[in-house]
Amino acid sequence: MSENVWILGIYMTPFGKHADKDVLDLSSWAALEALKDAGVTMKDMQIMGYGNLMGGTNGQSLQKQIGQTGIPVFNVSNACATGATALRAVIMAIKAGEADMGLAVGVEKIAGAGLLTGNTVGDGPENWTPKGRNGAIMPLDGRIGTNGMAGLFAQIGLQYNDSDPRADFELFARIAEKSHSHSTLNPNAAYQNKMSLEQIMNDPMIAYPHTRSMCSANCDGAAAAVVVSETKLRTLSQEQQRRAVKISASILTSDPWSEACQELADVNGLTRNAANQAYEQAGIGPDDLDLVELHDCFAAAELVHYDNLKLCEPGNAIDFFNSGATWRDGRMPVNVSGGLQSKGHPIAATGVANVWEIATHLRGEAGPRQIEGAKVGMAHVIGLGSSCGVHILEKSGL
Amino acid sequence: MSIPIVNYLVLEPQPHLVAQECTACKAKVFGRHNACPNCFGQDFVEVDVPTKGILKTFTIVQFAAKGVPVPYCAAIVDCGGMSVCGNIVGIEPTPEVITRGMEVQLSTYSLGNDASGVEAIAFGFEPV
Repeated sequence: MSENVWILGIYMTPFGKHADKDVLDLSSWAALEALKDAGVTMKDMQIMGYGNLMGGTNGQSLQKQIGQTGIPVFNVSNACATGATALRAVIMAIKAGEADMGLAVGVEKIAGAGLLTGNTVGDGPENWTPKGRNGAIMPLDGRIGTNGMAGLFAQIGLQYNDSDPRADFELFARIAEKSHSHSTLNPNAAYQNKMSLEQIMNDPMIAYPHTRSMCSANCDGAAAAVVVSETKLRTLSQEQQRRAVKISASILTSDPWSEACQELADVNGLTRNAANQAYEQAGIGPDDLDLVELHDCFAAAELVHYDNLKLCEPGNAIDFFNSGATWRDGRMPVNVSGGLQSKGHPIAATGVANVWEIATHLRGEAGPRQIEGAKVGMAHVIGLGSSCGVHILEKSGL
Repeated sequence: MSIPIVNYLVLEPQPHLVAQECTACKAKVFGRHNACPNCFGQDFVEVDVPTKGILKTFTIVQFAAKGVPVPYCAAIVDCGGMSVCGNIVGIEPTPEVITRGMEVQLSTYSLGNDASGVEAIAFGFEPV
């Protein structure tokens, strides 16, 4: 049996626009606060996992700002699951017995970046020249389907449950309404204003059925976590042990083959695999979860993941949502942070930030949005391509 | 003279799509592959994809990268059991008229000529 691993300290910067800070200021901020929260210093870190998808920085450049101790750095890149991958790298090193403490950091600075999509279509060519594995003579975005994330997830959502006709524009808008309601209680969210169903549906359409407020919000932010082995944790102070959060499951998957997956990304198979493995590793079931942060990069994504994460009976996600179960006062609160549509989605930070959200509730430190008595929670991210991270966390019994 | 937008669109004698089918497990994919993503077999044969299909899911893109004309309908079409990504053409791109389950068929259109006069041909799916 390998070593149990725990979160000793964790921090998320407020998400939003940080005009006066560059990427390294943001990652330093999160890392230093996570170390402070853990009651340790860089000297105690034996490994670092670092993710910054769009900004070009690495863990070594962070260390030049906060402490160069010569430890190994794993710079990771896994689309929107980059932060979870950095965390997973540190957890694996500790489970393998190669380290007893490590730091995982995810950071992004993309406020005002606009639409994150594939490519642009060039002007008329001198000669059409086939390129790449499909012999394409020009960029295909908009010619053969879409590379835009809002449109990809729209197709995924509308296909839910063999295209259940109830998976429609209004249903997805009501899911976004929940997100924009939950974020009103989160001082760290990029957008904290409540939005009515009418406002959401009348917002500019990006890719039907996703309007702007049903899409994840580009913003600046960072999150960092200090991970510790249980053996080491038991040598630390009572207070450190009391606030530590147990990582009962840490899973990373990629997309297994399915018939259509090379034509439209299949976000279901790898999420189902990750959830099943996580429940097995943690020895708990979905009914034991007190709250879930799942990857609602677009409103339609949240619906399919209710089913993929087994939060509802198979094929029952629409009834499940309509029952009110996933609102913060429901029986399975989902994305009480506001989720990516209102809290924001600084890409590589997200996979650590959602772990911070769960850990903060388990510590009873979530303030006005606290889910009372929360003991077990799940954090899920998915990056297209595809990569899925699932972490199950439990309140300290030490 | 004309050239297809991708190498899996074959223009003659009638426009159709050509998939790579794994000889071992019959999985079908478009474009060059080194081995089968399902069973790892390394032998493929080319098979014609039926030109008629059923629209499985779609989106109507209103906001896209610079240079991509909007709005347009991107979709997945089930062509005899093979899922195909393509745009829905020949119909107004609105959710009022495009519906899941509708029958569509392959169609082609011109993307213009390059400097040497070669015409680029794209494909889409139009209502039957």
